[in-house]
Amino acid sequence: MRAGLLIRLVVFALLVAFLVNPEAFAFVFAPLASNGQPVIYNQGSLLDLTLNHLMIVLIATTLATLVAVGLAILVTRPFGAEFLPLSRSLANVGQTFPPVAVLALAVPMLGFGTAPTLVALFLYGLLPIFENTLTGLTGLRGPVTEAARGMGMTGLQRLTRVELPLALPVILAGVRLSTVISLATATIGSTVAARTLGEVIIAGLLSGNTAFVLQGGLIVGVLAVLIYDGLSAIERTLSRRIGQRARA
Amino acid sequence: MIEIQALTKVYGQTTVVDSISLTIEAGDICVIVGTSGSGKTTLMRMINRLVEPTSGRVLIDGQDTREVPPYELRRRIGYAIQGHGLFPHRTVSQNIGTVPSLLGWDKARIRARVDELLDLFQLDPAQFRDRMPNELSGGQQQRVGVARALAAEPNILLMDEPFGALDPVIRAKAQDDLLAIQRRFDTTVVLVTHDMEEAIHLGTRIAVMDEGRLLQYATPAEIIGHPATDFVSELLGGDRPFRLLSLETVASLLEEGEATGTPIPAGASLREAYAECLWSGREALPVIQDGRLIGRISRARLARSAARPS
Amino acid sequence: MSTADIAGKARAPWMALDKLGVLIALIAVAGTVLPFAVFRANRIVLGEGLQIPFALEALPALVLGVLIALGIAIALMALSPLVKLVGGFVLLGALMILIGLAATGLIPPGDSFARVSPGAGFWVLVFAFALMVTDALARLRLGPWQRITILALVGAALGSLLWAGTFDDLSILKEYANRAPAFWAEARTHLVLAFGSVAIAIVAGVPLGIVLYRIRPLRAAVLNVLNIVQTIPSIALFGLLIAPLAWVAANVPGASAIGISGIGLAPAMVALFAYSLLPIVSNTLVGLVNVPETANDAARGMGMTDRQRLMGVELPLAFPVVLTGIRIVLVQNIGLATIAALIGGGGFGVFVFQGIGQTAMDLVLLGAVPTVALAFAAAVVLDALVEMASTRERAR
Repeated sequence: MRAGLLIRLVVFALLVAFLVNPEAFAFVFAPLASNGQPVIYNQGSLLDLTLNHLMIVLIATTLATLVAVGLAILVTRPFGAEFLPLSRSLANVGQTFPPVAVLALAVPMLGFGTAPTLVALFLYGLLPIFENTLTGLTGLRGPVTEAARGMGMTGLQRLTRVELPLALPVILAGVRLSTVISLATATIGSTVAARTLGEVIIAGLLSGNTAFVLQGGLIVGVLAVLIYDGLSAIERTLSRRIGQRARA
Repeated sequence: MIEIQALTKVYGQTTVVDSISLTIEAGDICVIVGTSGSGKTTLMRMINRLVEPTSGRVLIDGQDTREVPPYELRRRIGYAIQGHGLFPHRTVSQNIGTVPSLLGWDKARIRARVDELLDLFQLDPAQFRDRMPNELSGGQQQRVGVARALAAEPNILLMDEPFGALDPVIRAKAQDDLLAIQRRFDTTVVLVTHDMEEAIHLGTRIAVMDEGRLLQYATPAEIIGHPATDFVSELLGGDRPFRLLSLETVASLLEEGEATGTPIPAGASLREAYAECLWSGREALPVIQDGRLIGRISRARLARSAARPS
Repeated sequence: MSTADIAGKARAPWMALDKLGVLIALIAVAGTVLPFAVFRANRIVLGEGLQIPFALEALPALVLGVLIALGIAIALMALSPLVKLVGGFVLLGALMILIGLAATGLIPPGDSFARVSPGAGFWVLVFAFALMVTDALARLRLGPWQRITILALVGAALGSLLWAGTFDDLSILKEYANRAPAFWAEARTHLVLAFGSVAIAIVAGVPLGIVLYRIRPLRAAVLNVLNIVQTIPSIALFGLLIAPLAWVAANVPGASAIGISGIGLAPAMVALFAYSLLPIVSNTLVGLVNVPETANDAARGMGMTDRQRLMGVELPLAFPVVLTGIRIVLVQNIGLATIAALIGGGGFGVFVFQGIGQTAMDLVLLGAVPTVALAFAAAVVLDALVEMASTRERAR
């Protein structure tokens, strides 16, 4: 555990150092660049692209979380119960849409740039969070919700004091999944001219410069692993707090 | 006092509870017995409106339960269930304090009440107050579950198979605790079980249900002595004489005279006394109370009181 | 819940308003008002949206209007799901036929530049009644065979409409007509990429899952590596494989002869394979770990060897979970295979990216629609298979 934390801190420090001063790491990527090609991405600041990438993912995931959790709460209340079977099927069908298609189809409505990417990430991010929230809210052990009702909690009190706190780790697992998918999918956004790390990768693909591809891929990959681990750690703490074994 | 009047619940085509009327006196322990699917749990859940009746009504101390919002009604009625239903994300004291905090008690009062209840259930407050439910044994969880149900000092306590998940030794202890606490607070208890033994042990009155209908509502002695239908006698099983003996203590059949061998305490049940007579081959046993010989109990009288009451 | 019970009893069932129906009705009304078709003088220029009365001739427009009104009425009433299902399918069929008619009617005779595409109104109407169909299907709780049958019927209906030339004047099919041979070649590539990578992943992943099940210390390490592979963005992974595969092609004798090269199919295949491994390996492992201890004990008690236990008890019991993993991967890879086009791997992605490049949305649709249809069909069929496998197990 301690060693794992140390490795992650070192990786994070290396990532920050690379983003601030990429030229210092040129020797790592030099063997991959063919003769005369630039070793380090030179059409914009890597730090800027990374921050922009993270910002797009953060906005899309935050919106997706709010909407997905809200919808899941709605369809698990008596008022929205009629929508439950439909919403399950829709979530299932939605997952069959490839992100590229969602992205490409958003372009005619929103034009090129960041907007269609945000929409695609938002729509694509909804599904895991919605599904997990639904699992968390409907999968609660019978006696617990039964006891909450029997003791005279109102619907709102049951939701805020019992159901949501107990479902939190599962909801967070959905957010984590959604975030990691969004981090990777955002790179595809560069095919419709969004300013993300995909720019670096695509520039590499177009000019046959593997050094660029590796830089872009590595930054996204490391970010994804660090964020994934961080969110997993929070989940584990929460699960322990509510006396359940952590889910993998 | 709980008055249940022509209470009926229909789900689709099936009538789960079929026009049941019965009155539970204040301070009674009413045990509802039946096989699974007999409608016993549904009947109990209609008292605190966890299930809304299709027709009929429930009066608590003369007031129709439909006159108050369900959540307010439930806060006045304790509720304990099988598998305890403790909130896994809250500490023992938060669990017990749930209803008082819903009722807006101040913190000091809740804390005092929690400690009082923990003491009552022989759980050291300092040690258990801040534990999480999964850090307790099964028996401890069950006690916290009942303590939680009693937290807001309800007049009525509903219990749905509260001891179902416990092993026999802990179960007997939990039953005795319940009796002691019921006597102390004079709470009206409605308890659902499928176990006739438990019903006879705990109940002031027993309601036997089958297929949504009330077959018999009477005292344990009456049920054993005069079961209303074949189904009731079937539920009682073949050892009815012994069940009858288990209702009374040795003191009730005490006679003058002496006997040899190990004495039996006056508080033991007649069943224990009869078993001891048979086992040791004695015609009579000496009876002691507070360490003093007070008389004897004879096998012949024991055998007579095990016979079907006229 | 209880108050709903009581409210439901007060009125006759067909009078009660269907909440979802209200939503469907609102969406359908919006769809009726929005442009049904878009007319463009040529492929690139901005289009002109035409509402139903302007997109269709008088009679078909009237028919569509009446059908939509009927559809909304069916949606609003609390009718049985079967009625709603049939009604929804009738509406969807009518929309499909009429959008084709609209295209045929709108294009001036002999004009080979003019284009007609479905407008926002058409898509919104399709969405509204697809919701009705989806909800009805969810409520009917059909068995696996029934679902596959419905899928086949819908496929056959769409296929015969295509074959009959109903859609021939729509822009998306004009794009198709211009590149029919390329379309089928890319379709083949797409299928090879998606199904081939999953097949290889099953061959490699299931045994790896069994090994991890038997050798516990390996689990964390292998699963962590596979987890990290999943976090690499797909376009980066595709790109990163170019260099090593080019090296293999150049330096390993015979490698290029079997089609391995730096760009094209090979890196795409390897990347899709790498993404497929985690779900298949971890589901195999989870399936095996979750085999009830009692079943294993009984098997051991009856004198089965480890091998007999694996083949006779553990793998059959774990099968539904493994199949779920395959379902996840197959649907995912059908979508991901579109990215392969970026590195010259081919597949439907070719049209998507060409379309993005030329801002020709119909070309994007030519790539996207078959991909979505394929992924959807795969999901329905595999969900049905998973259900069959797990119910058979429960029945045992």
